Amino acid sequence: MGRYVLRRLLQMIPVFIGTTFLIFVMVHALGDPVNALFGDKAPDPAIAAQIRAQYNLNDPLWLQYVKYMGNLFRWNFGTTFSGQSVTSLLATAYPATLKLTAVAFTIEVVFGIGFGLISGLRRGGMADNSVLILTLVVISIPTFVTGYVLQYLIGVKWGILPATAGDPLTLQSLLLPGIVLASVSLAYVARLTRTTVAENSKADYVRTATAKGLPRRRVVINHLLRNSLIPVVTFLGTDLGALMGGALVTERIFNIHGVGFYLYQGIVRQNSNTVVGFVTILVIVFLAANLLVDLLYAVLDPRIRYA
Amino acid sequence: MSSSMSSSTSASSRSAEAGQDTVDSHDAPLLEVRGLHVEFHTREGVAKAVNGVDYAVRAGETLAILGESGSGKSVSAQAVMGILDSPPGKIASGEILFKGRDLLKLGSEERRKIRGAQMAMVFQDALSSLNPVHTVGMQLGEMYRVHRGLSRKDAKAKAIEMMDRVRIPAAAQRVGDYPHQFSGGMRQRIMIAMALALEPALIIADEPTTALDVTVQAQVMDLLAELQAEYHMGLILITHDLGVVADVADKIAVMYAGRIVETAPVHELYAHPAHPYTRGLLDSIPRLDQKGQELYAIKGLPPNLLRIPPGCAFNPRCPRAQDICRTTVPPLFEVTDDAGVTAPGRASACHFWKETLHD
Repeated sequence: MGRYVLRRLLQMIPVFIGTTFLIFVMVHALGDPVNALFGDKAPDPAIAAQIRAQYNLNDPLWLQYVKYMGNLFRWNFGTTFSGQSVTSLLATAYPATLKLTAVAFTIEVVFGIGFGLISGLRRGGMADNSVLILTLVVISIPTFVTGYVLQYLIGVKWGILPATAGDPLTLQSLLLPGIVLASVSLAYVARLTRTTVAENSKADYVRTATAKGLPRRRVVINHLLRNSLIPVVTFLGTDLGALMGGALVTERIFNIHGVGFYLYQGIVRQNSNTVVGFVTILVIVFLAANLLVDLLYAVLDPRIRYA
Repeated sequence: MSSSMSSSTSASSRSAEAGQDTVDSHDAPLLEVRGLHVEFHTREGVAKAVNGVDYAVRAGETLAILGESGSGKSVSAQAVMGILDSPPGKIASGEILFKGRDLLKLGSEERRKIRGAQMAMVFQDALSSLNPVHTVGMQLGEMYRVHRGLSRKDAKAKAIEMMDRVRIPAAAQRVGDYPHQFSGGMRQRIMIAMALALEPALIIADEPTTALDVTVQAQVMDLLAELQAEYHMGLILITHDLGVVADVADKIAVMYAGRIVETAPVHELYAHPAHPYTRGLLDSIPRLDQKGQELYAIKGLPPNLLRIPPGCAFNPRCPRAQDICRTTVPPLFEVTDDAGVTAPGRASACHFWKETLHD
């Protein structure tokens, strides 16, 4: 097990370098950041040259990358063009996004698995059909539509929950954005759970559990659900990273100053240090989540053992 | 009955001894199934899987139910256990008397308490029938925890004891292993241990050795027969393997298209079958003295349960079929010998059982 974890950690290094370099190249391809900084006005050549020198923009791309990575290992993410350190931006943005993700993830797990279980146990019934139709609707509608509609209805018109989540973030104000962020993943989790539950409910070991005279509740939770969750956990793990990155739209709708919010600004202003810095952390989160899932997988399914 | 018991359970000497002094034909039967009908409601129509089955098992007795796939042997057993897939399965009519009580009249919670504790089932494929994500110790211990309310620790100790009972080597070390870490024979032993854990009065074994190697088959059958005699349990052995039956069963019920077509004490059935279907089954067994010759096979296929032929269900495949077979369903006739004396426990659902018997 320890050796497996070590190997996985070592494998992360090339993945990490590859993804960050790719981001670096893509941000560079957006165009000249100094021109973007000045907008429509033509920049003063002297100031432009000074900025270029300060941010190593005259170096070839690979050297810029090497210098950037060198700083990164000293936990120096550089500064934005406006002079703010990216590290301080990260420190404000990530806690907000983590809170939002935590709320969304909880909703996704509890309701996704819950609906999926009910649906899978009563395949073809009323509850099952409602879940199928509802999830299809949720999956088909883009998040920004769901977001604005729910914000208007629940937040503005009926005033059940706060329409936006400003500072400080409270659980109550994060509920609505959490639901919006979770909605699509929740629909997928419900459908995936439904399928595996329905499939496994015909399994021989479920019949054995019933024949043993176990109460229905124990058969469903200890035997049926326990086995059905294996693929669901895989999905949830990869989705955790996607939730954090995907908060971009939701954060803008509900005015949450999180990763998505700053990342969006960074892209619009072609602020490469911001974009690369934020994405680098996202990549690390994603890799860590994936490793966690693979380890969890072995815990859930004893037939899988890592050497 | 008791004489046939002692000779038929020659699988192990222990069971033979126990069999002799325990079988008492004057006892009320442990399990009595009367007029059982099971239907499956499918999109294409109603499949009549079990069409009026009657049988009885006494404590310490082994009843073998023989039949090919789709004959209703497993479905009738599932109905007895109360683990029928419903829907689509449904018990249309009948009575299942267990220790004098009609199980079909009990509530679901009462039935659950009987399952596992008083009647238990051993399934065919132990690998898929055991839960892959739980240790065998947990799955065995679960019986004690749920039915007896034992603590985790005590249940584990009991699980080890049971594993010892079914002769799993180094039980104490293996109690934390998962099903996939055991061999096929060992897994089936665990299934047996699980079924026997609470010393039920009745065991239903559904093709318990079909998934095993031939060498292991005999060991598992011997173990089952031995424990059955030790605990004085009734055993229903469902199988399509005539070889397995010969050694351990006291009496046999042959099923075809959801009905019992012949019942007989095991050796009489082998020596003088009274139903053409049984005859066909016996003739299909490969024999050493017929080496090199083509193997006999019953022509045709088992009927579609959605469209069981009128009259005797076996008539389209029967070499002896007459007009009456195509119109009238034969009841179970009592089989008598030449002097007209009824043979105990013998019956055949064939209009021409006499002729068949004398073939």
